[in-house]
Amino acid sequence: MTAGAAPAVTLRGIVKQFPGVVANDHIDFEALQGEIHALLGENGAGKSTLSNIMTGLYRPDQGEIYVHGVPVAFHAPRDALAAGIGMVHQHFRLAASFTVAENFALGTHESRGVRLELGGIERRVSELAQRYRMPVNPRARIWQLSVGERQRVEILKALYRGARILILDEPTSLLTPQEADNLFATLRLMSAEGRTVIFISHKLEEVMAVSDRVTILRRGRSLGTVLTAATTPRELARLMVGRDVVFSLKPEGHTVGETVLLELRELYAESDLGTVALHGVNLQLHAGEILGIAGVAGNGQRELAEVITGMRPRVAGSVAVAGIPLRGADPRQAIDLGLAHVPEDRLGTGVAPSLTIADNLILKDYRRPPITTAGLIRYDRVRVRAGDLIERFDIKAVSPQTPTRLLSGGNVQKVLLARELSGSPRVLVAASPTRGLDVAATESVRSLLLQAAARGVGVLLISEDLDEILTLADRIAVLYEGRVMGVVDRAQADVEELGLMMAGSAR
Amino acid sequence: MTWRRLFRPAAVALAAQPILSIVCGFAVAGLAVLASGADPVQAFSALFQGAFTNPRAFTETMIATLPYIFLGLAVALGFKAGLFNIGAEGQFYLGAVFGVFIGYSVQGLPGIVHVPLALLAGMLGGFLWAAIPGIIKARTGAHEVIITIMLNYVAFQLTDFLINNRGPLADKTSSAPRTPFIQHAAQLPILIPGTRLHAGLFVALVAIPVVWFLLSRTTVGFQIRTVGLNPSAARAAGISVGWTLVITMGISGALAGLAGADEVLGVSHFMPPSFSTGYGFDSIAVALLAKSNPWAILPAAFLFGAMRNGATFMQLQTQVSADLISIVQATVIIFIAAPAIIRWIFRLRHTPAAPVQLAKTDGGATI
Repeated sequence: MTAGAAPAVTLRGIVKQFPGVVANDHIDFEALQGEIHALLGENGAGKSTLSNIMTGLYRPDQGEIYVHGVPVAFHAPRDALAAGIGMVHQHFRLAASFTVAENFALGTHESRGVRLELGGIERRVSELAQRYRMPVNPRARIWQLSVGERQRVEILKALYRGARILILDEPTSLLTPQEADNLFATLRLMSAEGRTVIFISHKLEEVMAVSDRVTILRRGRSLGTVLTAATTPRELARLMVGRDVVFSLKPEGHTVGETVLLELRELYAESDLGTVALHGVNLQLHAGEILGIAGVAGNGQRELAEVITGMRPRVAGSVAVAGIPLRGADPRQAIDLGLAHVPEDRLGTGVAPSLTIADNLILKDYRRPPITTAGLIRYDRVRVRAGDLIERFDIKAVSPQTPTRLLSGGNVQKVLLARELSGSPRVLVAASPTRGLDVAATESVRSLLLQAAARGVGVLLISEDLDEILTLADRIAVLYEGRVMGVVDRAQADVEELGLMMAGSAR
Repeated sequence: MTWRRLFRPAAVALAAQPILSIVCGFAVAGLAVLASGADPVQAFSALFQGAFTNPRAFTETMIATLPYIFLGLAVALGFKAGLFNIGAEGQFYLGAVFGVFIGYSVQGLPGIVHVPLALLAGMLGGFLWAAIPGIIKARTGAHEVIITIMLNYVAFQLTDFLINNRGPLADKTSSAPRTPFIQHAAQLPILIPGTRLHAGLFVALVAIPVVWFLLSRTTVGFQIRTVGLNPSAARAAGISVGWTLVITMGISGALAGLAGADEVLGVSHFMPPSFSTGYGFDSIAVALLAKSNPWAILPAAFLFGAMRNGATFMQLQTQVSADLISIVQATVIIFIAAPAIIRWIFRLRHTPAAPVQLAKTDGGATI
């Protein structure tokens, strides 16, 4: 960062209201030329709204935007692009069946007549890729690329369109540690050139590692901007959450038992596309144990959870719960044997969002006494159950009759965990249980998992968040391309080594 | 549901949109009457006379309402499971065939046994006919809209075969193509002498709370609602989605079949080859207007019954075509389907869900 640099983008008194929510409440923000500026905040703090205002997706209700000191009014994303602001979204905006160069051509008007001049684009893509050390083949089709490569394409695309100010929304959420390091190197290269990088994140470590300054948002307000070098992760966390966060939960509360509660043998399964997703997986989960499944998204984690819980048929191998083999593709049998499931897609698979909280809480119990007798649901008992669980699991809801979709992500997850854990399960399969949750909700979900293990439940924790696995798991298995690359005790775990296994290098 | 609950502000707000849609539907139809050179006030007052104030008009409106109640419930039940049962018309035919067959062929039963037996037969006919698309959808994933539409034509032709040209169910002594008359004991008794209003009214008024109870208080209803809102979550919870679809289609068909049996046992007392004239199709509109709420089916069905009954008199009186009511029905459904138009016309306040949550709606995988 260059000291005394000119401001690249300045926001003054930005207000953006949605019905019932003030998403941005008089926010002042300034990013300088040539700096990497982190925008830190929990979910719902207003980060996305603010970046959508900077990129012209939303118009602020009040406040002014200046780019390089000049006041601007964005009516559409292309106005922001014209002013040199580009954005890399968390969910990529690429046409999968097009080549890299064709994606660059989309939305630009460089073609002469009807003919698309791809050759020139390909050359420029290669130049940019080389300059920023982001190797990518301009003729590759997007679907052939890894997530990390797709992100490079998105960044290059923004640069290609002339972005001087680049906003990245949670850019490391899908990357391996090595890929993230490469990304950081690229960002530093760009800032050295005088470009401005605005880096949206809720991960403290990477904010500390990569940014020059940090602006902290909480509940739609800015709490100010600090120099990264002059702060500590602890202080940032306190600002972000508004209280001191207990960082290391004490996993010592539970002891691993002898009994094998879940056993996977030579498990093979296919992905939705018919490719091999699980490649001879062998794992054992004991009573009271938390077994972490680490790995970068898309290496068979989803299929693993689905095969175990009976949502996906297996091709070969066996799954046994407490020694009893599962028939496969029969979620009902798995549930009856005491297999609880917190799926990755909590709103798509975990709950029916339009059903009430009370109904979602009986989603797996509705056919059993005492909830149901003689085919009739006893709604008096449902109400009592709902009230009880809402209190015990500290679910913030107006009433048990509220549709579940009106809850925040953290509370939806608590509804799910309340349902799954109240059925006294033997095994809990939890897939990315804290993804997208804010710090406070993450903490309560994690302590629920630890409590379950302390009661003797075997917990299979599938997560892309390595820190989460290192915090909670007794043992860690790394999944790469459907194979278990290795299983290590947490005590012996080494982040560097885990990262290598996640990236496919054998031990 | 208590009356107090019915008149909560939230319930009133919920009803406002369908009611305003009806108002707009009549307004658009009025413009059509104007455009055709007639007087909309005259036309609508003739419609009203034909539906309510002429001699016996009210009981005839009630008679026209009954099939709409059963069929509206049938379609609404399908909607609850996310199924679009376009086949109510065909299931109505099959219910009538089963009902009329038991009605004329079984002899010597007292009415108290014969009538329920024939009604149950009608339900069975509709159940079986609707279970076919249910099974095909559950097994192969084929879309129920296509299958139920096609099965309508099969039902029409099947009925035609059974009744026309000395078919197995045709009355050999009659020159007109029709089934024999049902036994006197199988007739639904007339409620008010001198009118055609029959005891099917009670069956319809019982069907509404029964369907409500089924949906909101039983395990089957819970499964139906869960599958309708999120089949993926239903499957994860151990609900057999395929079985639920088959059962839902079956029950929906049984209600449609009940409508058919009720019609032959209560009104016509025999079955001609074609006798429904679109009750089943109109009922999709009834269910939409009622937003699939079993209680709301009653007023929605009554509205459609009144329009159907009043239309003939209106045409006689004012030369405005009875098809005018189709315009009303169609525009009402458009306004129901596009609530933004109604909100705009009447400046209703719109309170959307918090935008922060707009990423996901129910859905998950469809099956």
